[in-house]
This record gives sequence, structure tokens and C-alpha cells, in this order.
Amino acid sequence: MSSVITRVKQKQIAQLVAKGKRLDGRGLMDYREIKVEQGVIERAEGSARVLLGRTEVVAGIKIETGEPFSDTPNAGVLTVNAELVPLASPVFEPGPPDENSIELARIVDRGIRESKAIDVEKLCIEPGKKVFIIFIDVYVLNHDGNLIDASALAAMAALLNTKMFNYEIEEGEMKIKSGYTPLPIKRRPITVTFAKINDVLVVDPWLEEEQVMDARLSLAIDDEGDICAAQKGGGGYFTPEQVLEAVKIAKEKAGERRKNLDW
Amino acid sequence: MSRKPEKLIDKKGLRLDGRKPDELRPIKIEAGALSNADGSAYIEQGKNKILAAVYGPKEVHPKHLALQDRMVIRCRYHMAPFSVQERKSPAPSRREIELSKVIRESLEPSIFLEYYPRTIIDVFIEVLQADGGTRCASITAASIALADAGIPMRDLVVACAAGKVDDTIVLDLMDTEDKMGTADVPLALMPNLKALTLLQMDGILTSKEFESAVNLALEGCKKIYTLQKEALRTKYVNMKEVEE
Repeated sequence: MSSVITRVKQKQIAQLVAKGKRLDGRGLMDYREIKVEQGVIERAEGSARVLLGRTEVVAGIKIETGEPFSDTPNAGVLTVNAELVPLASPVFEPGPPDENSIELARIVDRGIRESKAIDVEKLCIEPGKKVFIIFIDVYVLNHDGNLIDASALAAMAALLNTKMFNYEIEEGEMKIKSGYTPLPIKRRPITVTFAKINDVLVVDPWLEEEQVMDARLSLAIDDEGDICAAQKGGGGYFTPEQVLEAVKIAKEKAGERRKNLDW
Repeated sequence: MSRKPEKLIDKKGLRLDGRKPDELRPIKIEAGALSNADGSAYIEQGKNKILAAVYGPKEVHPKHLALQDRMVIRCRYHMAPFSVQERKSPAPSRREIELSKVIRESLEPSIFLEYYPRTIIDVFIEVLQADGGTRCASITAASIALADAGIPMRDLVVACAAGKVDDTIVLDLMDTEDKMGTADVPLALMPNLKALTLLQMDGILTSKEFESAVNLALEGCKKIYTLQKEALRTKYVNMKEVEE
């Protein structure tokens, strides 16, 4: 997932980071401006658009009914899919999901699933037979780096915006009633992503920094400040000390964002 | 379908298979298990049975994948249909595609990629039987296969998981513990460089628990590292004796 960036610029980014500065003027631990807009797609049961600097992501929620998995007969089903649509970047190509979009979807999925953000037991209609299936589709519209944080935020904002139709069971048949209820949401995980550039950690890498970074680390933090998912990416490494440092910063950053979003 | 046992850790503090919390499963590593591959390894870790093979460095096909200043690593992690309780479709699942990527990225930092520009190395991993922790065992085996293929490396990569089961931090989770436990933290390490090349986590841990899980997994890695070196020694020291 890389486009061309000159060696001069690569060097400049790496040298600046070593001095505690960044090419776009941010501090090492500053996020770009975050904008969240909910309910942007009326046809979807829930939706949200997130702008993280110039990175733009839309998440849409669709709800269907279907059979539960045999090992969890009382639980609704959650699926996350991510599309890196070709209009978002010159390096995205049409076709079936590649490893990057699958990894992105699975990181978003893990944050929501492992934090138990949704009370899936409340999505059961008839044990073993019929449950609600929540489809979270993440759509990247403009790629300017850190798709993970933008997508995780969009997915969670869309879930919070989701309205489920009311229903009742009459003689074994499901009847849809008027009115809507929100999803049974228990927690609101927040994902914080770090890049290691020139052996220094920075938060929220933008596109050109991602092309210079050695490795990437994403941490999902739940409402209690506990860690509920982690993923290292990229062809470099972290030291154990850097990982623990990242955990500390991620908790602070997640707390700040939680306050700003009023989550 | 296996039922959830009442307790994953008994009153004596022992686990379902009788291990102590900080104990690894029995591990057997064999370097050079396949004759066709340029390098290969076989690992058994508990009930896990995994083969890794390396082909290359070789010419890149298709050509557009070639990089002018370094070699390309391609990795395929794949589970046999009979490796799990319910038959797994042989088509690559989303999980396998993600694991192929993170395994590749865990091996890349150990290889002097710039020594062989415009070439490719294929790393094939086949899980013949799975019992939790297959990504870690795969990395441990794949690194031996790379060394067996004579690829210049900074260090071996060794991987091990730690996690939380019934409020206890435990090492090297097996399948039931992975599924029924609270959290799982797989990581890969280049021991001489103290470099973490893989780190994933699912489940819920406080930052303190996370720290002790990471430290426990690092200890596990160091133990497996000696077994890795032993496996290479067994193959190459014996070979030398035969030649003599």
C-alpha cells in the first residue's frame, strides 16, 4: 500500500521525528483534527462519517436476521468488512479484498468484539434458530494514512447511531412493530495507532509517514482503560519497552478522545 | 462440540492438561523435514503439528512484484481441512490471509532483505493439526526453515503466546484455553536484538496484566529459542560427522 515518495522527503520526515517534530507541524503525540458526523446515510440502519485530517471513512450498519453460529446459539452475529475503494487512492485497485483490507476489517472487528461493545445475547430472537446479524461495512473514501483509527472510530460511531426496528413474536412468527430502539451497546472501544519512525514513536501517522515507518502498533482501549485488542503491523519491530510506553500513551489518548466525543 | 469445563485451572493451580501456569507444552522441532524445499522445518507443540518450507531466493514471477533494492518475502499460512474439529474449507479464509500477513511481517525484520535484490522467497506453512497457538508455532518453524535454507539472518525469530485464563496469567495457551479464556497475547521475538516482530492481542487485560503477559511470553520465547538452536545443531552437526 505505498505510492511514490522521494528519498529526500523520507529522510526529512525521519530526521524531523528524531528532533521531536513532524513535517505537518504536529507534535509526536498529536492527532490530526477529528470530525465525526453520524446518520449520514439514511438508508442504512446506522452510519457515520469520520474525517481524520484528510483521511475520510464512512461506516454503514445493516441489520438482517439469520441463523446463529452453532457454538453460540443465543448470540447475535457481528461481521465487519472493509473496502479500500479505488476512488480513495491511486494505489487501491478494484477486485476482491486484499490482505490490507482484510487486516483492517479484522482489527476493527477485534476491537468491537473483544471489548464486548455490543451485548450480542440481546440480539437473539429464537435460540439456535434466529438472531440478528449486524453488518458493519467500512468504506474508505480518501486514504491519507491511519485508516485503522479512522475506521474503528467510524464503526463505533455508526453502531451508536444505529436504530433497530421493534418486533414481537406472534405464534412463532416475527412481526415488525412501529418504532425503533438503539442497539444494546455496553462499551465504546477507542483505537490508538502508533508508528515507529527512526526508532521514535509517533501517534496517528499520515500517509507519507506510513511510507517511512518501520512498524505500526494499534491498541484498542475500552471504557475502563483496559486493553482489548492489539496488532503490530509492518516489516519492522518494537522493543518491549516501546510497547509498554505505547500502552501508557494509548490510555491517555483514548481518554482524551472519549471526553471530546462524550462517549 | 466441546463443552466448557467448569474451571480451566484446578484448586492446585494446574491447568486442564496438568501444566503449571508458566509451563510450556512439550515441543519437538526438526530442521530439514522436507527434501524438495530449500529449507524446511517441522514442529510439534502440544497437539499442534506444523510444517514450514522455504523456496528461494529465486526469480520473481510475476515480474512486477520484484523490488529493485531488496528481496520480496511471500508467505502463505494454511490450515489443512482435517486439522480442526469441524472440517475447514481448504480455500484461504480471512483469518488465514491476515495471519499470512502478520507472519510475513514477523519474519521480515530478521532477514537481510537487501542482500538479494530482485528476488523472492516463498514461505509455505501448512498446519496439519491445530491446538491453539498455531501462528506462534508457525513462526518458530518458519524461522528454522529460513535458517535451514541458508538465508542470511540477524537472528532467529521465536514466537509464543501468553494470556489470561480464570484470572491467572498463563503461558502457551492451548485451544480450549484460547477459546474459553479471557485474553490471548501472541508475540514473536528476536532474542538477541530484544525486538518484538509480532504482537497481537484479543480479550480484555488491564495494562498491568498486559505487561505481565508480555513478560511471561518473552520468557517462553527464550525457552523455545534454545530448542530452535538445538534443532539446527542436531541437523548440521550430525551432517558434518557423516561427511567426515
